[in-house]
Amino acid sequence: MFERLYVMLMKEFIELKRDRWAIFRLVVPLVLQVVIYGYAATFTVNHVATAVLDLDRSQASRNLISHFAAAGRFDIVDRTDDERRITHDIDTDQATVAVLIHPGFEQDLNNGRSAALEVVVDGTNSNTALIAAGYVSQIVAQFEAENSTDDRRPDTQVAPRTVTVSLQERPWFNESLDDRWFFIPGVIGTLTLMQVMSLTAFAIVREREVGTLEQVMVSPIRPFEFILGKTLPFFLIGLGDIALVATIGVLWFRVPFVGSPWIMLLGACLFLLAALGLGLLLSAFSRTQQQAFALNFFLLNPLFILSGFAFPISAMPKVLQWLTIINPLRYFLVVIRAVFLKGAGIDVLWPDFAAMAILGTGMLTLSVMRFRKSLD
Amino acid sequence: MNGRRLFAIAYKETLQVCRDPRSLAIALLMPLLQMALLGYGVSLDIKNVSLCVYDQENSQTSRDLTSRFVASGWFEAVHALDSDRAIRQAIDRGTCIGALVIPVTFTKSMSSAGKANIQTIFDGTDANTTNIATGYAKGVIAEALTDFKNRWAQAHGLQPDAIGQIDLQLRVWFNAGLESRNFIIPGVVAVILAAVGAQLTSLTISREWERGTMEQLISTPVTAFEVMLGKLVPYFVIALIDAAFCLLVTIFWFQVPFRGSVTTLVMTTALFAVVVLGIGYLLSVRIRSQLGASQIALILTMLPTTMLSGYTFPIDQMPAPVRAVTFLVYARYYVSILRSIFLKGSSLADLAGPLLGLVIFATVIAYLAAIAFRKRLD
Repeated sequence: MFERLYVMLMKEFIELKRDRWAIFRLVVPLVLQVVIYGYAATFTVNHVATAVLDLDRSQASRNLISHFAAAGRFDIVDRTDDERRITHDIDTDQATVAVLIHPGFEQDLNNGRSAALEVVVDGTNSNTALIAAGYVSQIVAQFEAENSTDDRRPDTQVAPRTVTVSLQERPWFNESLDDRWFFIPGVIGTLTLMQVMSLTAFAIVREREVGTLEQVMVSPIRPFEFILGKTLPFFLIGLGDIALVATIGVLWFRVPFVGSPWIMLLGACLFLLAALGLGLLLSAFSRTQQQAFALNFFLLNPLFILSGFAFPISAMPKVLQWLTIINPLRYFLVVIRAVFLKGAGIDVLWPDFAAMAILGTGMLTLSVMRFRKSLD
Repeated sequence: MNGRRLFAIAYKETLQVCRDPRSLAIALLMPLLQMALLGYGVSLDIKNVSLCVYDQENSQTSRDLTSRFVASGWFEAVHALDSDRAIRQAIDRGTCIGALVIPVTFTKSMSSAGKANIQTIFDGTDANTTNIATGYAKGVIAEALTDFKNRWAQAHGLQPDAIGQIDLQLRVWFNAGLESRNFIIPGVVAVILAAVGAQLTSLTISREWERGTMEQLISTPVTAFEVMLGKLVPYFVIALIDAAFCLLVTIFWFQVPFRGSVTTLVMTTALFAVVVLGIGYLLSVRIRSQLGASQIALILTMLPTTMLSGYTFPIDQMPAPVRAVTFLVYARYYVSILRSIFLKGSSLADLAGPLLGLVIFATVIAYLAAIAFRKRLD
């Protein structure tokens, strides 16, 4: 058995070596992608283009505007006293936020009436808008607090409006709330899945289309050995991928790796098992390379979107949440993030390990069965 | 260029497409299926998030505060905990995204000193969700405090004053409910089209090589330009049908507000289809093996369109070098065009920038594709 397997493995590696694009396809895009996506994937909102309309032109209004400028989150791109300019700025995407201070702002502020402040947010990108709106409220609250400490309240009998309750925020595991730490482990899982799955998807179909599958059939090799020989090289490539990409994440992007490498390795092996199973299943169910390619293409997108990579699974409708149960990437993302950021161990992660193992063995068995049928 | 030869190539390609019904079905049904799946899947809204509360005081005020979180509608449930260890466990297991710790002296210090502390602990792993959820939690707390303050003032027979108070009127344009679906789903259409387009054409020429029909094709009097056009026409039709499916689902099923003109939409979509099909064709000509062509097509289309087109991650927040790369991601132009047409109702003139980008792409790709095909066997 081992001899046959060895021969099979040699054949696969020779085939890989003959393909002059192989190394280029396997390594260069992977590294490039990690670096580019590592930088691209962020929901942080830092430079919000802001237009300011100041019709009050008072000390208070200027003070408020300087609060916005000083916060560091808002870049004031336009100061104007023409309301149409504001509309134009937002329509043409030159500004995302507009602060409108109407006449009488300072007067109201000093006379104990609440002063109206209008803020317009372009809601096209709801996420940016939501976060920017949060910053606006924070700045306004801070401005209010500073104003109330001014000694312009002559009447000390007034209720202390400063029933302040301060919030001590303590984000765990990621104290600076840097979302790159969240996405880079995700990029690692996604890229590995893409590469391994598409390589495997072509594995058997190619033999069939090129016509060498018949030669395999007349050889004494068993279906199980054939599949093993086909997948082992991809398994090794996948492990190499994960190691390479994780190294870039730790050394280049400085994502902390607090967990144990052994748990990561175990998770990676189980994940690769599932990814190979998925690829083989595609391969077993397609007749031409084109079909395998199309299926691969169409599966990768949902696998990626429904993995919790960027869109939280908890926000999906229940039906979709159930569908994610058969998505191996979903489990691997949990594992890889937990190992990287939380240093979690088997005691917490065992359900994810079990899920990947079940999915992997299930799909591999199914494709071996299907393949055996096509051999007979 | 000869119309008869062009027609012959287009006819041959159409026959080939029709004879592989499985591939045709994949090409027509998968985008629809994906649209349905992804349309529901792409939401950044914070829903069904649970909160834990460790209420050390357990007074009327603290219970009142706790009950407001569920009442706000942002949080699904509030789990009561009774120790710091329980918080750690709950966050590790993912039962709740964060915890609120109300100290023993909460009410007392609020009424005597006018100051009190609440501690919030959030799982920072998913920074975006945490950021938004913290924002909601703060809103709930701020509202509760205003109520407490007024109650306190009333109890002491005082008027709460409003010196230095600002009445913040926050207006959201174009997407009043701040629904993330409204801005992501048009992007999904672009991503699906980019993938389908490249997938459709990326195997056309390499298939001729692998099946050995290249010699026959070369021996005919057909020119390179005719091959390109003839091979693209049937796929262009399929791509337009796919686009129509996706856009109709977006408008009528997901009810994303459509404020622009249909003509603008059709024109820009056709232009985008030319770009994606052209890229697939170009790859197919340049790379002889089907496996190689498909791998490159996958790398060039799937992740770049999802990560760099601005469909989820805002381009203006990326570092400058990455922003420069996004100009090469043709989907970025289409994503911004679709979003503007849908939500802002922009006209062709408003879209000049991204439209120019698409036109340049279409021209360059068409030119490269036309000269890439050589009638040689080596």
